[in-house]
Amino acid sequence: MTAVVSPPAARPISLGPRTMRALEALVIPLGALIASALLFSVFLILLGKSPATFFSLIWTGGFGSSFSIQNTLQRSAPLILTGLAFAIPARIGLTLIGAEGALVLGGFTAAAVAIPLVTGGIAPVVTLPLMALSAMAVGAVWIGLAGWLRHYRGVNETISSLLLSYIAVAIMNFFVEGLLRDPASANKPSTMPIGDAYRVGSMPGTSVHWGLAAGLVLAVALWILMTRTTFGFAARMTGGNVRAAKAQGLPVGFLVVACCAIAGACAGLAGFYEVAAVHGQANASLVAGYGFTGILVAFLARQNPLAVVPVAIMFGALAASGGLIQRRMGMPDATVLVLQGIIFVVLLVSETFYGRIPFLQARTTGDRT
Amino acid sequence: MSAALLVADIAVPPAAKRAPSLETAGMTKIFGPLVALDTVSIKVEAGSFHALLGENGAGKSTLVKCIMGFYAADRGSVLLDGKEVDVKSPRDARDLGIGMVYQHFTLVPCLTAAENLVISRADAPAIIDWKAEMPKLEAFMARMPFQVPLDRQVSTLSAGEKQKLEILKLLYLDQRFLILDEPTSVLTPGEADEVLGLLGQMAARGEITVLMISHKFREVKAFCDSFTVLRRGRLTGSGDARTATVAEMSSMMIGDTEVRERAERVMHNDRSAVLELAGLCAEDEEGRLAIDRVNLKIRSGEIVGIAGVSGNGQSALVEALAGQRPLSDGRVFIHGKPFEPKRSDFDRFKVYGLPEEPLKNATVPRMSVAENMAFRAFDKPPMASLGWWLSPGPMRRKAEGLIARYRVKTTSPDSPIEALSGGNVQRAVLARELSGEVDVLIVANPCFGLDFASVAEIRSQIMEQRNRGAAVLLVSEDLDEILELSDRVAVMSGGTISYVSPIGETDRNTIGQHMAGH
Repeated sequence: MTAVVSPPAARPISLGPRTMRALEALVIPLGALIASALLFSVFLILLGKSPATFFSLIWTGGFGSSFSIQNTLQRSAPLILTGLAFAIPARIGLTLIGAEGALVLGGFTAAAVAIPLVTGGIAPVVTLPLMALSAMAVGAVWIGLAGWLRHYRGVNETISSLLLSYIAVAIMNFFVEGLLRDPASANKPSTMPIGDAYRVGSMPGTSVHWGLAAGLVLAVALWILMTRTTFGFAARMTGGNVRAAKAQGLPVGFLVVACCAIAGACAGLAGFYEVAAVHGQANASLVAGYGFTGILVAFLARQNPLAVVPVAIMFGALAASGGLIQRRMGMPDATVLVLQGIIFVVLLVSETFYGRIPFLQARTTGDRT
Repeated sequence: MSAALLVADIAVPPAAKRAPSLETAGMTKIFGPLVALDTVSIKVEAGSFHALLGENGAGKSTLVKCIMGFYAADRGSVLLDGKEVDVKSPRDARDLGIGMVYQHFTLVPCLTAAENLVISRADAPAIIDWKAEMPKLEAFMARMPFQVPLDRQVSTLSAGEKQKLEILKLLYLDQRFLILDEPTSVLTPGEADEVLGLLGQMAARGEITVLMISHKFREVKAFCDSFTVLRRGRLTGSGDARTATVAEMSSMMIGDTEVRERAERVMHNDRSAVLELAGLCAEDEEGRLAIDRVNLKIRSGEIVGIAGVSGNGQSALVEALAGQRPLSDGRVFIHGKPFEPKRSDFDRFKVYGLPEEPLKNATVPRMSVAENMAFRAFDKPPMASLGWWLSPGPMRRKAEGLIARYRVKTTSPDSPIEALSGGNVQRAVLARELSGEVDVLIVANPCFGLDFASVAEIRSQIMEQRNRGAAVLLVSEDLDEILELSDRVAVMSGGTISYVSPIGETDRNTIGQHMAGH
């Protein structure tokens, strides 16, 4: 199919393929969000509740006041990190859903490392970086293991990372309820509190902890890594076609394990902030589902590290407004989980629309038989 | 399945038992600013074996898809036996007795031949009474000019048998107008001749009419009665395939496009061995030896062509050399030094490759043309500074240069490479792999499925590398290609090299005998 008939001047404005792809990656997820909101409205109407009230409460609860904005940001910090933990391996073609485990294990490691350092009276300026680094290292090893199994033993990474998450939670419980249990934590077995002196503080002028800043920095850094460096280029090659990557002599195994390790480090860091900034100790509160919501965040962000940030904030707002919805509408705060679930399903369906919506396609004159 | 059952309810008029004729009148199809088909009128006589020729992108597939009802033509009509018919969907085409064999198989691999036939029927029952069906199938098979074992699982059939089964399926559905889209690209020359010969005989008896899309002049000359040529969406010629010469047909196809002169074969005096394969062994996915102690030396300025029936280890050999398949034993030496298929060695020894099916083996379909063209160089200056920082500017400029020099047809360097046609993907890969200095070139089926002009161009590029002193390993299932390009011919059979001979001391028959395992 060839033969351009109309002279170039008569052609409609045609955007370049890059712009069209970016537009597509924006329009389809937005459409999915709108469709989810409509579906959820049907759910609300069936319950006899007003969708308008619900969505306005989400807005109020998420962004209505400076308190709610800070609450939202506080909750989005771990989501940025776990979103990155899904997005980076996705770029190399892996569907890793084990961020929850890496977060829990990272948080637990940070709390465990803190015990001798805090009791030994080591300064926070030394202790906190050591806690963060060990949390990241453990997370990196944990998810790296799933990547290693995938590349060298052919084990399905989605299954292995999910199962590793359960093991991670069990490991934490094993220590928290046994060897490392703080005798003072009677009702809720926990590790020894790190103490206020060792807490990561809030960013100046806010009540939002530094985890948000860490998330923002990492999102930008990983975006640069994936789009502007040879490592990212090689990872995208591997993710796009592993046969071609091998034929180009790329170290596929290294790239796979490295991407997984980066993901695990992100999730581990999220765990560190949960311990050092939010809970002050490791306990079952770490298993809060941030790892799994991160999958949703990354999906909606189309695995783009930069887009992870606004999407994480949106989900942070959703979570932050849960309490308000409970109080004002008399609905359980799990309602927002129903919404999240609907978004996820609609999003998966929307994946099938890529390349199929005519006005979002770049024109090709490169002929195709 | 539900769709098929639905059709069964409507009383379908039985398709004509005799071969129908088919015409298109002023067929036009427009995609946005592109006129893919421009008032194309062709006539396929009843009981003829008609060839549809044209380069990639000439509009052959579009025409056929309009006939089959995959596309709605913007203008024009289809006439079956002189009467205008309305084909809105492939289902309508099937009801009219128009069937198509696609380039890729549409059989269900895990079912038997008999099961594939029965489920293809529009009136396939929800519960199949095999006791009643089997005798009918056997009777049908006995009437056919060629047979396929009914009880064999399709995945165990050879490519030739699968292709026969695809055709049998159409005949079983009583479709008398067969459209074949490059039916022989998956077959050995022997199988191709057999299938086409039998179809030709059926057409000659007036049982079927065949419209075949083809690139191969030899087949057109040997089996077809008439032909039509398309170029850039327009009809550029038609005639009697038996009297027209290959030169006439190819000039209708190519028009005034200049085909590169085939590079002359330059004789070299420097005859040092460059690439040496020493006892290479590699396993297939089931752990059997796919290649078994392959030994071969290739000198500078020499093309060694490896011929063989598909599936005798040629692909495994190429994969092993490209690093896609681990070696279980043996070594590769280049200039006497050990070579490992990793990036640093590819660069150090200047090893380049044109793997078969470039979209699958040599490109990342979703990455842009510019990025795909940078695969060899993205981690070296000027595209990378400090060894890790990418510079999109040089990458794009390099791609623009290569696109112009190798005449890659693409909207923009930013288009995903999967949007390009097969010939243009291969040209893009060629541009990436051959634009530098090449010492060792590993080529596998480089012209598979490409049009005439691309084939000539790609072959002359390979010859040019040889003349510049590269050692070329050419694996091809096209014996003509091997005979045309090689300095020496090797035959692979049962995973090992069973025969090597200088091109001047062998002939097609001898090679054929060794391919067959003698």
